[in-house]
Amino acid sequence: MSAVFEQIFQVGFLAAIIRIATPLAFATLGEMFSERAGVLNLGIEGIMLLSAMTGFTATSLSGSLWLGVLAAVLTGMLMGALHALFTVALGLSQHVCGIGVTLFSSGLAYFLYRLIFGQQSVPPSIKGFETLPIPVLSSIPVLGPAVFNQFALVYMAILAIPLAAFVLYRTPWGLSVRMVGENPRAADSAGVSVIATRFQAVILGGALIGLAGAFLSMAQFNAFTFGVVSGRGWVAIALVVFGRWDPWRSAGAALLFAFVDALQLRMQASGLGHIPYEAFLMLPFIFTIVAMAVMSRNAVAPSALLKPFRREER
Amino acid sequence: MPTPAPLIEMRGITKSFGAVKANEVVDLSVAPGEILGLLGENGAGKTTLMNVLFGAYAPDAGEIFIQGQPVRITSSADALAAGIGMVHQHFHLAPRLTVLENLLIGIPGRSGRIDRAGGLARLAEIRRQHGLTLDPDLPVSALSVGEQQRLEIVKALFRGARLLILDEPTAVLAPTEVDGLFSALRSMAAQGLGIIFISHKLNEVRALTHRCTVLRHGRVAGRVDDPANTTSAAMAQLMCGHEIVPPARGPSTPGAAVLTLDGISTSQHSGTALRDVSLSVRAGEILGIAGVSGNGQRALAEVISGTRAPDAGRMTIAGQKVSGFSPREVQALGLGRIPEDRMTTGLVTNLPLADSMVLPRIGTAAFSSKGLLKPDAIRAFAEAQIKAYDIRCPGPMTRAGALSGGNLQKALLARELAFDPKVLVVSQPTRGLDIGAARFIHEKFLDMRAKGCGIIVIGEDLEELLVLCDRIAVMYEGRIVGTLDSADATVARLGLMMTGAEGHS
Repeated sequence: MSAVFEQIFQVGFLAAIIRIATPLAFATLGEMFSERAGVLNLGIEGIMLLSAMTGFTATSLSGSLWLGVLAAVLTGMLMGALHALFTVALGLSQHVCGIGVTLFSSGLAYFLYRLIFGQQSVPPSIKGFETLPIPVLSSIPVLGPAVFNQFALVYMAILAIPLAAFVLYRTPWGLSVRMVGENPRAADSAGVSVIATRFQAVILGGALIGLAGAFLSMAQFNAFTFGVVSGRGWVAIALVVFGRWDPWRSAGAALLFAFVDALQLRMQASGLGHIPYEAFLMLPFIFTIVAMAVMSRNAVAPSALLKPFRREER
Repeated sequence: MPTPAPLIEMRGITKSFGAVKANEVVDLSVAPGEILGLLGENGAGKTTLMNVLFGAYAPDAGEIFIQGQPVRITSSADALAAGIGMVHQHFHLAPRLTVLENLLIGIPGRSGRIDRAGGLARLAEIRRQHGLTLDPDLPVSALSVGEQQRLEIVKALFRGARLLILDEPTAVLAPTEVDGLFSALRSMAAQGLGIIFISHKLNEVRALTHRCTVLRHGRVAGRVDDPANTTSAAMAQLMCGHEIVPPARGPSTPGAAVLTLDGISTSQHSGTALRDVSLSVRAGEILGIAGVSGNGQRALAEVISGTRAPDAGRMTIAGQKVSGFSPREVQALGLGRIPEDRMTTGLVTNLPLADSMVLPRIGTAAFSSKGLLKPDAIRAFAEAQIKAYDIRCPGPMTRAGALSGGNLQKALLARELAFDPKVLVVSQPTRGLDIGAARFIHEKFLDMRAKGCGIIVIGEDLEELLVLCDRIAVMYEGRIVGTLDSADATVARLGLMMTGAEGHS
C-alpha cells in the first residue's frame, strides 16, 4: 500500500493538480463574475466547448497559439453577449436561455468542426503550449517544478485570481457589479446602469470561460474532441456556490476539486486494478456533492441572482 | 417665513398612464430652507409627481426649473446631478454590502480604485453638519429600520443633494424614531436644504412642514400656507374632497368572553417570545393591543391564529379549548384573522384575487367537493364580496398583487367577515391606507362589534386604538404590562406603559 502512496505523492502530482485546476479556475471566476452581477450563466458548458473549438481551429489554421487564445476569448465574449441579450436586455429566464446557449454552442462547435476538418480517422492535432519555466522560481524545490514550470495560461490563471478579487472588491466597477447583483434598484437610483453593468460582467465572464476552453484544446489535449469539456462547465457552477461567490474561495474550490481529480487519476494508474476505473472517475463528483452539502449550507447567493431588472412602469 | 427664489419649481406637470391621468397640470415649488408637505390620498398622484421629478417617468407636459433654470431630468442620474435626492418608501439598499459601499455606489473612484478615504471624509462631514451618525463598515443588514432610513438620507446628502424627497418616511418608524427623523430634517432645512415630505398622516405634516400642497385625483386640490395652525379636519377635507367624520363608537354591552388566553408563553423561536400572557375578549368588544413593534405582538397574533403553538398556557375560543393550534382548528372554532403583512401572509400575489379570497376555506364544502375545486362557486363568492365591499379591481380573476393596499385590505376583511367570525384578530389594520380606506375598515369593525363579534386590534397607532377600542392592553417585552379602559387611556399614559412602566396608577 505504501508503494501506492509513494507513486501518488510526488512532484508530478502537484503539477497535475495545478494543471487540472487551471481551466476550472478560469471557468469558475468567469461564472462568478456573471453571478455576482445577478446572471446565472448555464451556457458555460457549451461556451467552453465552442471556445475550445474556435481556439483550436484558429491555431490550426494560422499556426499561432496566441491567435487561437484570442479567438477563444472572443468566442466566449460573443456567447456571453448573446446570453446577456436574452437574459439582461430581454429579461428572459436565465435557466432556459443558459441551457439554450449550451445546446446551441455545442451544436455549433460540432457542426463547424466537421465543416472545417471533415471526417478523419485520426483527429487532427496541433502543437500546443509548451511549459515555460520561470527563471529562478522554477528551481525552488518541489514548488518550483510544480507551479513555476507550467504553461503560460497557467500563470495567467494564477494572476487572474488576485486580479479578480481586486476588480470585484476595490474598483468602482466591481462595486457596481456587486450592487446590481444584490439590489439592482439601488444601483439604478444611484445612477448606475444595471443593464450595462450586467452585460459587461457576463461578457467578462464569457472571456474567462473562453480561456478555460482554450486551455483544454490548446494546452491540455492539443486537439479538439467532442468530450473535451466533459462536464467541467457544470462543475464550475457548483464550485462558484462552494466558493461562496468569492474569487479566492472559488479558486480554492477549483484547486480542491483538482486535487481529488488528480488523486483519482493516479489511483487508476497505480495498480488498484481490481476496482473498475469508473469508480475512481466518480470520486471528484462525489466529493463535489459532499462538499457542497456540507460547506454550502449557509452560503447565500447574490440576492438578485436570476431576477431580471426592469424599470418600474405602471 | 419669507420666500426666496424657489430651489425647485415644477410647472404644469401632466402625466398619463393610458387613460388614467395621474398628474394634471400640477404646479409645485420649494424654497431653500423650506419643508413642503405633499399631501394626498393613495392614488392622488404624489408618487407619480415625485417620480417625474426624480427622472423615473418622463412627463407628458410641463417644465421643471432648478433655481430658475429650466432642466430636463430623464434619469435618476440626471436628478442626482441636479441636486435632487430621494428617500424611497422601500429602501434602495443592498443589505449585504457595507454602509460605505452603499454610499460609494456610482461614485467614480480615484485612479481606478474605490475612494474609501474620500468617502469616510465625506461621511464625517455629513455627521458634523447634520448629526447623522453611521458606522461605515457595518453591513446594512445589521442596521435597524431607522438607521437604514438615515443611511438613505445620508446617501442623498453624500451626492450633494440640495433637495430631499421623502416618500412616507414615518410609515416604517416607531414613534421614538419619528422624533429623531424630524429633528434631523429641521436641522437640514435650517442649513438651507429644501425638503419635500410626502405623507398622509396629518398630525405629522402639521408638526413638521412650513407649507403644504394637497393633491387629489392628480390635480392640486389646494395649498396650505400655515399647516401648524390649520386643523387636521380642514386638511383632510382638502385631501378627500368631503368632510371626514371620525367613526363614532357607540356604547355596547359586552357579552360572554369569546376568546381567552391564560398564561400563554412561547419559546423564543423568532422575535420576542410571549411570557405568561393572559387576556380575554368579550362578545361585542374591541380590545386594542398597543406596544412598540417587536415586543411580542407578532407571537401573540401567531398563537391566536393557530400558526404557532405555545409552550405553556391555554386558549379558548367561544368556550372551546384550543388543543392543536392549527389555523384550520381555530378557524373552525370561529376565529377570523387579518395578518400584519398583506402581501406575504395575507394572500398569494401571483394568483387571481378570487383564489386568495377562498384560500383559508378551500377545503370546505362551499368551495370544493371530492377533492375538486368548484370554480363557479369560488368566482361567485369573490364577485359577491367585490360588490359588497366596493373592492376596486377589473374582476375576480385579476392578479391579487395588482390591487392597491386599501383594496387588498378590503378583500382580506371581506374574506373573513363573510363567515361571521366570533372573534377577529387583526394586525396593523390600516397601515399604509389613506383616510378614506381606513375609515371604511374602522366602520366595518364597529359594525362587527355591534353584531357581537369580539375583536382584537394589534397596532402601533395609538390614536387609532383610542378611537376604536373599548379597552387597550399594552405589551412590553412579551408581557402584558397593563390594561386600560379607553375612557381612562391617553396617548401619554399609554406611551409611558409602552416603555415598560406598570399600568396601574
